[in-house]
Amino acid sequence: MYDFDWSSVKPALPFMWLGMKVTLEITLTAMSVGIALGTVLAVLRLQRNPVLSGFSAAYVNLFRAVPLIMVLLWFFLIVPTLIERIFNLPRTADTRVTSAMVAFSLFQAAYYAEIIRAGIQSVTAGQMGAALALGMSYGQAMRLVVLPQAFRNMTPLLLTQTIILFQDTSLVYVSAVRDFFGAATIIGTRDGRQVELILFAGGVYFVISFALSSLVKYWQDRLKVAA
Amino acid sequence: MNWRVFFEPAPAGGGATYLDWLLEGLKLTVYLSLASWCIALVWGSVMGVLRTVPNRILYAISTVYVEVFRNVPLLVQLFIWYFVVPELAPGGLGTWFKQRDPFVQQFLSATLCLGFFTGARISEQVRAGIESLARGQQAAGLALGFTLPQTYENVLLPMAFRIIVPPLASEMVNLVKNSAVASTIGLLEAAAMSRQLVDYTARAYESFTAVTVLYILVNLVVLVFMRWVEAKARVPGFLGGGH
Repeated sequence: MYDFDWSSVKPALPFMWLGMKVTLEITLTAMSVGIALGTVLAVLRLQRNPVLSGFSAAYVNLFRAVPLIMVLLWFFLIVPTLIERIFNLPRTADTRVTSAMVAFSLFQAAYYAEIIRAGIQSVTAGQMGAALALGMSYGQAMRLVVLPQAFRNMTPLLLTQTIILFQDTSLVYVSAVRDFFGAATIIGTRDGRQVELILFAGGVYFVISFALSSLVKYWQDRLKVAA
Repeated sequence: MNWRVFFEPAPAGGGATYLDWLLEGLKLTVYLSLASWCIALVWGSVMGVLRTVPNRILYAISTVYVEVFRNVPLLVQLFIWYFVVPELAPGGLGTWFKQRDPFVQQFLSATLCLGFFTGARISEQVRAGIESLARGQQAAGLALGFTLPQTYENVLLPMAFRIIVPPLASEMVNLVKNSAVASTIGLLEAAAMSRQLVDYTARAYESFTAVTVLYILVNLVVLVFMRWVEAKARVPGFLGGGH
């Protein structure tokens, strides 16, 4: 039977907290940029202009067809060269976290866009018609009438997607970014206590994700009652 | 860009080109996806049914399974299957596992990991499919003298499975994409092969483009196949089960 020894976990907590901060930074950045960009993509997708809707559809379908790991590999290849060129940084600058943020933002935008598009379409067409009849421009109607209602309906779905994002950030492992899971595996390897550290990391992810998704479920049920 | 690089002979490969390496990686991605799909479909269906039966213990077991496997990141689950389970496995199972060829260890861990991860998602679809049927279906089955298992087998499941073909299709696509995670434990499937190609040829853009296109093609094949299944399985006069 395996002999558990959890003594490595406690002294490593500050180190893992540093990793958790990276995890949260990537999650929150990708969530904010992803939702903003996703909204733009969703609105473009619903345009009559075939160039605009075609571009949005191509973007969303491309990102949704490719594994996240491949997207990360792409961005770890492209972003550092780009940043060096734009900001004239030395080759030694560490751009891995920035690359990860860009990759997750652009990748998540595709997933958020699909949720937001469904949300916009769930607002009845009469709302847009009424806003236009009141003399609002298309942009005003979208911004002041349609989107606020759409976001209210789809907040639970956006949050669920963000919980998935939070879990997916662990894949920055492929570029040796020291996020929470990366930090845990480093300690595990150093102390020869991989079993304990991997289980501990899994436990932390579970507690956070489960708590958040329970909250979302509670919120969803309340929305249902209100509606 | 120099696409001819794929026709150059790869080192130590008896005349194999880099293109052969690429196809080797693709083959592994396909095998891995198919093997885990079998586990996911069977296990996910069982768990999905248990989520709907009137038995508290069975309901609790299946609920815990779904919540745990949906709230722990896929990468962490893979590391648990690969590094933790062999240590904790009872009897000689762990030793047996560690004496296998590294490739067998990687493939086995990745298959189990993806199978049970996807199973949790499928069980939610199966549950939703069963719950979307009219309550009267189950009552009618029982009233006709079927036992509960017979009702599931002959009345509920045949309908539920036909309804949930579209969401199952997207789970299948997700599975193919998720299988790329196996590259982190050293399995040389398509994503890992893209990195190996970069190491050997120093042609990053070509290698990544080729593998990205392969994933898109595999996804297209899966979608076309499932579209066909969907057409075959469609219940006349019945809309439902997603878009």
